[in-house]
Amino acid sequence: MKTEDLIAGLALEPGFPGPRQLERKLILWSGGGALMAALLTLLVLGPRPDMDQIAGVASFLGKAGYTLALAGAGLWLARRLGQPGARAKGPLLALSLLLVGGLIATVVELALIPAGERAGQLMGHSAMICPLAILGLGLLALCPAMIVARRLAPVRPAAAGAAIGLLAGGLSATAYGLHCAETAVSFLVIWYGLGVLATAALGAAIGARVLRW
Amino acid sequence: MEDIDLQIQSLIALSQTGDRAAYGRLLALMAPRLRAYFSRRLQDPADAEDLVQETLIAIHTKRETYNPALPFAPWVYGIARYKLIDHFRRRGVRRHVPLEEAGEILAESDTEAGATRADLNRLLARLPARQRGLLEDVRLRGLTIAEAAPRHGYSEGAAKVALHRTLKSLSASVAADED
Repeated sequence: MKTEDLIAGLALEPGFPGPRQLERKLILWSGGGALMAALLTLLVLGPRPDMDQIAGVASFLGKAGYTLALAGAGLWLARRLGQPGARAKGPLLALSLLLVGGLIATVVELALIPAGERAGQLMGHSAMICPLAILGLGLLALCPAMIVARRLAPVRPAAAGAAIGLLAGGLSATAYGLHCAETAVSFLVIWYGLGVLATAALGAAIGARVLRW
Repeated sequence: MEDIDLQIQSLIALSQTGDRAAYGRLLALMAPRLRAYFSRRLQDPADAEDLVQETLIAIHTKRETYNPALPFAPWVYGIARYKLIDHFRRRGVRRHVPLEEAGEILAESDTEAGATRADLNRLLARLPARQRGLLEDVRLRGLTIAEAAPRHGYSEGAAKVALHRTLKSLSASVAADED
């Protein structure tokens, strides 16, 4: 085919869309999945028992703030990695700050309590279930987000997949927080963090296959 | 450079309002620049033209990923470079494609030179290797016939004849192309 004919053919379709279309679609689709995860959490696992008290709501909101920030970093990172010629410095810096900040808070929290109580504080009552639940619920947000992400143009598909996984994991961790009554910062950073990380790893594995273009 | 940037930005702005002619002009503006980019990096002009088309299609299918607040050149360059790397990977060639200044894709390749160069490569590719080598040495590298002849196994007299015939067949195929 002659290149001129190709151009004429392509120009039959609409040209550049308005700004922020992709962000909107990513938020909409992954948000839809997150809503399903929240619904599933409330119906199957049930809300955290202290949800009718101020302290419980405050703890939920605090944890949600951290996990939503992780999701936001994932969204920002995915958008940058999916845009040829763009730099990912900003979102990577934000992500590092969240992770390093979380680890520092963990160390401080554990250092402030007696040595004998540290293991109990860190393990809580649901350390083994938490990452698995977040990974499982994360699938509900990961699948729709990955479908939208196929519109991205990542030079490194696995990295972009990991960022999509980070978005999905952050959202599902937020949803899981509706059920989980653990209040320790160290529990949040380590076990929620592990669940989000597992979702990101799954996203990387999937992304390496489906995000090529 | 400023001029082309301005042109591109206004074409994008127009195409965002649904002006398809502007979008077509933008793609048409990119084609010769992509052609120059790829033909400088690939031996075979047909490969280069394939990549021009693949890149134009990618620009089209991935146009959502362009953020209008950012410069256009790095985005196009990122796509072109990805397609070039992909091309080498498919061929099983391990080749490093260095990251260059993205602006170059718009700047250094002027339309006419790019198109002419691609045409010339396409014509030269039709010649037998020996004649092509002789022609390139004499006409493009500036060697004398006496210098170039032994490199391709010609005597000086035979080289003169071969060169004459080569040029004749080249102009015949240009004429055939223009029909």
